[in-house]
Amino acid sequence: MEAIIIKDLTKKFGSFTAVDHISFEVGQGEIFGFLGANGAGKTTAMRMLCGLLEPTSGQGTVAGYDIYKQRDLVKQNIGYMSQKFSLYEDLTIKENMRLFGGIYGMSDKEIKMKGEQVIQDLSLQNEQNALVESLPLGIKQKVSFAVSTFHTPKIVFLDEPTGGVDPIARRIFWEMIYEAADRGITAFVTTHYMDEAEYCNRISIMVDGKIEALDTPSNLRKQFGADNLEEVFYTLARKAKRGDD
Amino acid sequence: MRTLKFLLQKEFLQIFRDKTMLRIILMMPLIQLLIFPWAATFEQRNISLSVIDNDKSTLSKQLIEKAISSGYFKLTDYSDSYEEAMISIEQNTADLILEIPRNFENDLIKEQSSGLMLSVNAINGQKASLGSNYISQIITDFNRDIISSTGQSSSLTNNIEVSTYFRYNPEMNYRIFMVPAILVLLITIIGGMLSALNIVREKEKGTMEQINVTPIGKATFILSKLIPFWIIGYVMLTIGLIASWLMYGLIPAGNILIIYFFSFFYLLAFSGIGLIISNYSETQQQAMLIAFFFMLIFVLLSGMLTPISSMPQWAQMLTLINPIRYFIEVIRLIFIKGSGLFDILPQLFATIGFAIVCNIWAILSYKKTN
Repeated sequence: MEAIIIKDLTKKFGSFTAVDHISFEVGQGEIFGFLGANGAGKTTAMRMLCGLLEPTSGQGTVAGYDIYKQRDLVKQNIGYMSQKFSLYEDLTIKENMRLFGGIYGMSDKEIKMKGEQVIQDLSLQNEQNALVESLPLGIKQKVSFAVSTFHTPKIVFLDEPTGGVDPIARRIFWEMIYEAADRGITAFVTTHYMDEAEYCNRISIMVDGKIEALDTPSNLRKQFGADNLEEVFYTLARKAKRGDD
Repeated sequence: MRTLKFLLQKEFLQIFRDKTMLRIILMMPLIQLLIFPWAATFEQRNISLSVIDNDKSTLSKQLIEKAISSGYFKLTDYSDSYEEAMISIEQNTADLILEIPRNFENDLIKEQSSGLMLSVNAINGQKASLGSNYISQIITDFNRDIISSTGQSSSLTNNIEVSTYFRYNPEMNYRIFMVPAILVLLITIIGGMLSALNIVREKEKGTMEQINVTPIGKATFILSKLIPFWIIGYVMLTIGLIASWLMYGLIPAGNILIIYFFSFFYLLAFSGIGLIISNYSETQQQAMLIAFFFMLIFVLLSGMLTPISSMPQWAQMLTLINPIRYFIEVIRLIFIKGSGLFDILPQLFATIGFAIVCNIWAILSYKKTN
């Protein structure tokens, strides 16, 4: 079963069409890269998939549930990590895990066991009782990812998850994404880093609200006769008429 | 409802970790109660009096002495002429000019009447009217003293004597009038402002979006925001009641439980208003400004500082949709008059009405999906 099926999804803000009839499918356990320049409509599209934004038209299911009618079921089955780092900074790592575990209906026992396992996996024994605000950005992002996948969602949406961290931290972060994918969690990732795009199973490139290219990284390189994805991205993004917004 | 447990744990962890907030919660009632009743006094003291005594007689000196010893006036200067006294008014050193004519004593004793001239600086209207009232009273008193001391026949004076008794507040103690109203103000700030700021803060930090992407029910989330502020509101009310007893010796004449009972619905209404504000603002500054704007209007139209019955008709109509008005009425009735539950039913029903309307509006305007 496909994790995400989208057909002609469109979002208009007044006369401005932020997302223009996009269609695609994402398979279960796939790592799907969602690329595009600033203002291309990535975040808007992602917010519609997460049930944060009402689409103007088009159809879609996420985790098998309709994005219009079964919004709460969609939300129960996804994890979300926004580009604005959004754990509770005045709570500790454990308290954040307990809160979100509780919200998704995990039992106290499950929360405790899973929490200890995550702390161990990320070797955060020393930081587990520190307030999140006191942690370095790299660790915050790891914790944020751990919290967004804490309730074992079917799909995790990651909106520019590695913005502002060093290459080593990014590498470790992608290892976490791969581990999650191994557990069957589909990852839907937006990014600006082309090296990260190479890690994805398939990528789509959005230009001016439309999907201009969608394939595996190697097929895209072949299709555009380019040495790397950066060239592919430039070729497409240069056609954009919209500026930053 | 299990979700609510987790959300409440989180709220209380955050509140107890925010030391500034805790300090505000504990200090605000004490400081407001310590300062406000003295600042918001209806008594007018230290009115500056400039005297032009053209008579310089025993009686004129007695009159001046009487005015000064009343405690309401302080003598700024003796002027020789009205023009000179006017300069004091223009320089704002005098509020009131009392001019005693030449032959004041003679006229009073021989002809049994004399005139006095009073000029009032009416830039501060309240001070002016109170000042002229006080001095008129003093002059009337003075007049009566002379009549009795000179043993003149009472046929020339008015025999009707008016005695005023102030019921419920015999000494016209304004503190018992103001302190309960300040308690209302405190609860209002907690219920309305702090709850609004709390939610908008989550919007600013981005955690609101994280909450919106979970399957939490709207009502559950809103309850998790309201319950802590009800509890804080009750804590502050209790601190305030104890403080007003310790500082001013004020104890409600009526049943204190009625105050708590009424507060429940009042807090519900105001936290609803706070939520509505938070739903329509994106930043804490916006929320603060909106809350402040409404707060000012609500307080001015509440009867806290000025009597509602002396407002124009349209303003009186506006006070009917002001929840603060009802609580101030109720708390004064309970504190001063000792009213019971049945006496405050109209205000109670009005407040329950506000609570229902505001909270339905709050839930409808909270959108998890835009």
